[in-house]
Order: sequence, then structure tokens, then C-alpha cells
Amino acid sequence: MSARRSRRGLWLAGLLVALLVAGVGSWYASGSPDGLEWAAEETGFSHTAEDSAAADSPLAEYAVDGVGSERLSGGLAGVIGVAVTLVLAGGLTMLVRRRGREPAGTGG
Amino acid sequence: MHVPDGFLDAPTSMATGALAAGTVALALRGSHRELDERTAPLAGLTAAFVFAVQMMNFPVGAGTSGHLIGGALTAVLVGPWTAVLCMTVVLLVQAVLFADGGLTALGTNVTLMGLVAVGVGYGVFRLLTAVLPRTRTGVLTAAGVGAFLSVPASALAFVGLFAVGGVADVPLGTVAATMGGIHLLIGLGEAAISVAVLGAVLAVRPDLVRGAAALRRPADLARRSAPAGAGAR
Repeated sequence: MSARRSRRGLWLAGLLVALLVAGVGSWYASGSPDGLEWAAEETGFSHTAEDSAAADSPLAEYAVDGVGSERLSGGLAGVIGVAVTLVLAGGLTMLVRRRGREPAGTGG
Repeated sequence: MHVPDGFLDAPTSMATGALAAGTVALALRGSHRELDERTAPLAGLTAAFVFAVQMMNFPVGAGTSGHLIGGALTAVLVGPWTAVLCMTVVLLVQAVLFADGGLTALGTNVTLMGLVAVGVGYGVFRLLTAVLPRTRTGVLTAAGVGAFLSVPASALAFVGLFAVGGVADVPLGTVAATMGGIHLLIGLGEAAISVAVLGAVLAVRPDLVRGAAALRRPADLARRSAPAGAGAR
């Protein structure tokens, strides 16, 4: 009982940290090019990058379309990303686990 | 580390797409052995956590930044096959919703950050846990070294792909030295974040860290012999 509760405590603490990092902390992240972008510029192949087909996404570049404040826009994008990732990855692993419980599963 | 569209030619992107799809198919089969009542709910959270921390670019030297990949950390927490699935979901969400990493480059990014980072990170972790003492320090050291090496390994895997299918005609040695060098530095950040997170989880619930199974055997025995509820914190 208390083991389950402490597991839920850890889970909620982890989720809170993720939401805070994505929603608030990300504002303070470095805006410099990352290692690959930097190396591409240094060695002269950055110009071959093309816009992604998803570049028109309302969340492109971690900003929410129509939200004026950059800080709010970035934070909201982060929170949405955490929620979507949680639902997709959580749903997928729950499905895999359920399937794995059936004895006809791929032995192991 | 997210590869945009255009860096690699179409045949190379199709090949990494096929490789990524095959890896995910294997991971779907392999992960159900890793996912139990305790770890399954944690896997989704781990993916969400990796997504969040990947937004936190930290400065590396002058005018450059890096962020956690999280492949090694995830593999130690929830198991390598589940880690492949978690990383794939993170990369898919980033590419489709946030235009971070190209869409035709999705297979490349899953190959680099799902397959290579998880494979190298977890492989090094397992090798080291086999020889290091079965203590918390041993587990954290193994995870830290695995996380560190997973980053330059992914960077060099990109250079390998670039050698085969890079669109630009630039000297390969320079690309390898530049990519390898900067990602050695980023790897230090990867190791620091991974060790900090694992250390925190190990301090509270070591039984939820899949890669620390060697640690929890004696603890489990103690818990079972203890009065009901006393073993849980």
C-alpha cells in the first residue's frame, strides 16, 4: 500500500520536474547552435539543411502560434510536448505490457 | 544532435528509415519482457522527462550548446528495448509537432539517438557493471561512463552516415574531428545529468531502476523478512 503510494509520489514528482523544466526552465536554455548545427557551420555544410515539412506546425520551433509573449509561448509549447509525449509513450508501453502478459506472447 | 532534412541524400535517409523501423519492431517484441507492473508506468514518464530535459540546452564553450540525449539514462532506468521505444516517441513528437529534426530525417535521428545512443550507452553500462563493485557508486559510475560515450558515438555515427550520403562535399576528416570534439564536451553534460537523475531515483526507490537489479536483491530479501509495510519508504 505505502509502496504503491511512494511509487505514485515519485511519479508525480518526476512529472512535476518535467513540467517545470519544459514550461519554465526552458526559457533559460542556451540559444546557441547545438553541436551538430555548430559543426555544420564550421565545416561548411549547414546550407544543405532544408525546412522540415512540419515547419508550418502551430508548434514549430517550440513556440505556440498566436501567443504573443515569447516566454509564455515557449513554456506552453514545452508543457504540450511533455503531455503528448507522456500520453503516447505511456500508452505504447502499457499496450506492449498488456500484450506481453498473454501466454502466447513471444516466449520470454 | 537532431539532424534536419537535407543533410543526407534520399537513399541514405531511406536506409536509416528502414533500420529504425526494424529496430522499433524488435524493441516492441523485446520490451514486453522489461515492462512489469512497476516499470510500465515509469516508461511514459521517462520519455516525457527526456523530452523536457532535451529542451534545456546548456552552453558548451564559445557559441555552442548541447542537450541531453537521454538514451543511456532511459536504458538504465527502464531497460534498453523500452528505451528505444521511449526515444522514438520523443523524436517523433519533436519532428512532427515542433519541427525539431527533419521528417525525412526521422529514421536517421531514431538511428542515432534511439539505436546508437541507447546501444552504446547501455552496452558500456553493462560491461562496466560486470566488473565494478555492486554498489550505488558502481552503478552510477557505469551509467555515467555509458552516458558520456553514447554522445560522441552518436556523433561519429552521423559522420559515418554523412560519409555515405552527405549532400555537401566537405572534407570528412574535418567533419569527424569537429563533430567528435564538440560531442565529447556535450557528453560530459550528458554524464552529469544522467548521474544526477539516476542518483536521485536510486536514493528514493532503487527498486525502480532496472539497471540496478544487482543492488536490489539483498534489499528485496530484507524487505520480505521485515514486518509488512516497513520495507517501503
